[in-house]
Amino acid sequence: MTTTTSPVLNANGVTMRFGGLTAVRSVDLTVNSGEIVGLIGPNGAGKTTFFNCLTGLYVPTEGSVSYKGTVLPPKPHLVTQAGVARTFQNIRLFANMTVLENVLVGRHTRTKEGLWSALLRGPGFKRAEAASKERAMELLEFTGLAHKADHLSRNLPYGEQRKLEIARALASDPGLLLLDEPTAGMNPQETRATEELVFAIRDQGTAVLVIEHDMRFIFNLCDRVAVLVQGQKLIEGTPDVVQSDERVIAAYIGTPFEGAPGQEEAAEVEAAEAQQGTRPSGAPKSTTARTEDGQ
Amino acid sequence: MTTDTSKTTGENAPTGGRPTMLRAITAAGGLASVASTFLAWTWTSEFPGDLTFNGYPGGLQLLTLVLGLLTTLFALSAMDVRGLGWLTPAGSTQALRLMALGTFATTWFTVIAIAVDLGGLANWEPGAWVAAIAGLIPAVAAFLLPNDARPLKRPAKLPSWAEILIIAAVFAIGLYVVNYGIQTDADDPEPFLGYLIATGFAAAALFKAGVVTRLSALTAKYRSVTLIAALVTAVAFPFTQNKASYTELGVNILVFATVALGLNIVVGLAGLLDLGYVAFLGVGAYTAALVSGAGSSTLDIHLPFWAAVIAGAVVSLIFGVLIGAPTLRLRGDYLAIVTLGFGEIFRIAVLNLDGTSGPSVTNGPNGIPNIPPLEIFGFNFGEDHTVLGHTLDTNANYFLLMLLVTIVVVLVFSRAGNSRIGRAWVAIREDETAATAMGINGFRVKLIAFALGATLAGVAGTVWAHVQSTVVPEQYVFAGPVPPNSTFLLAAVILGGMGTIGGPLLGATLLFLIPKKLEFLQDYQLLAFGIALILLMRFRPEGIIPNRRQQLEYHETGQLDVPDQPQLSGNAVGVTKAEA
Ligand SMILES: Nc1ncnc2c1ncn2[C@@H]1O[C@H](COP(=O)(O)OP(=O)(O)O)[C@@H](O)[C@H]1O
Ligand SMILES: [Mg+2]
Repeated sequence: MTTTTSPVLNANGVTMRFGGLTAVRSVDLTVNSGEIVGLIGPNGAGKTTFFNCLTGLYVPTEGSVSYKGTVLPPKPHLVTQAGVARTFQNIRLFANMTVLENVLVGRHTRTKEGLWSALLRGPGFKRAEAASKERAMELLEFTGLAHKADHLSRNLPYGEQRKLEIARALASDPGLLLLDEPTAGMNPQETRATEELVFAIRDQGTAVLVIEHDMRFIFNLCDRVAVLVQGQKLIEGTPDVVQSDERVIAAYIGTPFEGAPGQEEAAEVEAAEAQQGTRPSGAPKSTTARTEDGQ
Repeated sequence: MTTDTSKTTGENAPTGGRPTMLRAITAAGGLASVASTFLAWTWTSEFPGDLTFNGYPGGLQLLTLVLGLLTTLFALSAMDVRGLGWLTPAGSTQALRLMALGTFATTWFTVIAIAVDLGGLANWEPGAWVAAIAGLIPAVAAFLLPNDARPLKRPAKLPSWAEILIIAAVFAIGLYVVNYGIQTDADDPEPFLGYLIATGFAAAALFKAGVVTRLSALTAKYRSVTLIAALVTAVAFPFTQNKASYTELGVNILVFATVALGLNIVVGLAGLLDLGYVAFLGVGAYTAALVSGAGSSTLDIHLPFWAAVIAGAVVSLIFGVLIGAPTLRLRGDYLAIVTLGFGEIFRIAVLNLDGTSGPSVTNGPNGIPNIPPLEIFGFNFGEDHTVLGHTLDTNANYFLLMLLVTIVVVLVFSRAGNSRIGRAWVAIREDETAATAMGINGFRVKLIAFALGATLAGVAGTVWAHVQSTVVPEQYVFAGPVPPNSTFLLAAVILGGMGTIGGPLLGATLLFLIPKKLEFLQDYQLLAFGIALILLMRFRPEGIIPNRRQQLEYHETGQLDVPDQPQLSGNAVGVTKAEA
């Protein structure tokens, strides 16, 4: 793959305050085209809040976000229209719509048929509808959900609901995809499959910014990783650099043993990963569930 | 004779033994009920319907007759009698219980009503005793039967002409049943109460038996045939009425059903709670009244009908946008509050635009009377016309005109609902945050739904003004004993089923017809209304005709139309964890 270095996303000094609480403090982040960038940090670090600022669900207190050089207006539908799509940490599918309909809703910005054309049902409408269906089915194939197209999304198992969120986001043909904990609650095989899926998405020319707690997932996947701790960006760099940074380990696992060699630290990271793999997403979920439902 | 057949089949049936005997008893009981209706149940014709004849059934006995017959047929079907399997594709016991219970309830209601009305059991002729016992037996027997609910059996292959014939027959029967209700005598409550009991149980039984599911599959298969059949049935309706009061009921029901369907776009599809919807009907009605040449109209113009319709639609649209634009930007219950306010403001404004309290526009409380009857291509809607040997009165004429509006609203509902914009409405209803994050401009899409609903109500209002030939402000209230009012419309949508076409039509029919036929309810109508809605919310929150989605939402177990798939094995752990 060729990695051109033109920035897709440029977040500049993004700050988000809720009353006295500064959830995100002056964060800069760039995502280049063809890149997969990871965003990690302990629970409550402000990762989801940062995503909400990028996608217009929150209006940042300070700072600006631009996509391919143009500043994004803080309106979710305009952000999606511009080419930034996202998934949610606490799954937010349209529970009582079918899988296919969910993806079709994702096509909304890329189709134009309004009320009149729906009422008159001319050939243009039928063509557009057929094209939308075709594209949606393509995406369901791509994510491996085609056989469930007619199921209600609420009846899908958890892992497939997460995949459906990705398919729905991809339906808007985004240039940048934001994934908020895409493997939370998944078993190891599903996590592996999601990894493949994210690579495939990148290979199709969509840059990806992903929040995740699963360290092996992040370090396998990402070209670059940024660490957020208490709303501030602690460090940003290649997985190797981040992985061995003492502050990161401290923030994640607590203070390392006095003078412990790198080998041992790595083992600890391993252990933490193993724990991550089996742990239910209960804790991080509930925190943000509250946050997002608040708005 | 019938019992003989059942015995022989019973011996071959794999279940055998007690259930077969119980079913045979039920069948016999049903037959006995049928027989009892040929006897006199009472001695005096003072009881409504005249049940004094030996030899042929009359009045409420007819209902017992039909239900008894159906009970027998269901029982025979339960005993696997050849040729009746189609009656109970989804299992017979529950259906049989409901049917037997229906027979029991209808019969006992009748005989008890006789005793109460005429003062004592002495007024029972032997036939009433026979009927009471004959009604009790199948009800008891059916309740001792084991449950045999099963997934829907595969339908037998029928030639398509037979299937089309079935659809036609269903619509014909439907028209007959509706007419029976509309034409019951409103002087006494007994006939209509009996009718409600009988149709209620029979409908529930047919549903449990799987017949309804089977039929809807059939109508889905032959969509255009179904549409034509529905249309023919609706057009045939005024031709089957012989009293002006019946056609009046018909046209009123049609108007309110259409308006309720328009409201269903706003409430059922887009999830916007509009508590002042009737005001848009009023806007349309007043606009039409003002421009249609009524003597007391403050505007001295007489537009042709099509222009009046457009005027009504446009003015309603403008009001819809004016109300919607500031409120739909907000989330939550603001819209409900604002529309509630708008409904009242409309009424009070109309009351005050009388030339003394305000500018002279609407004649205040006097309204605009004497709107001249419509005349389209020389066809005067105010006169009787003889078509195909049947005299159509003015209500019947307007019924046919209103039917055009209904068709338009049905088309708008189904086409808009099943398109990009309709999906956006449902998405907004499901999760507004997620919908906007998927690129939907929530405000815009909601405004379209709201304004569309307002416009359709306005169009219905233009016809409504002519049907009534007068408009007065007092009709357009939030809640009141006489429809239309916003509560009535909303209740019709919720009772019938949100997000469906049939739901509001059925809901409006029931809510309009029941108080009309049961005059004793008049004083308690709002109370009865409230109790009915509470019971509905408790036992059937998705309404009588459920939307496919809501059916699944409220009753988790009934996975009706999802292809079966042993899907949970691999991911079961993930699911439970995620929900833990
Ligand atoms: N709408 C809000 N109002 C108040 N506090 C909020 C809101 N959204 C998020 N927060 C707070 O911001 C902090 C960061 O939360 P979040 O971004 O969800 O963390 P993460 O996704 O990294 O686990 C938390 O302390 C959370 O309570
Ligand atoms: Mg989060």
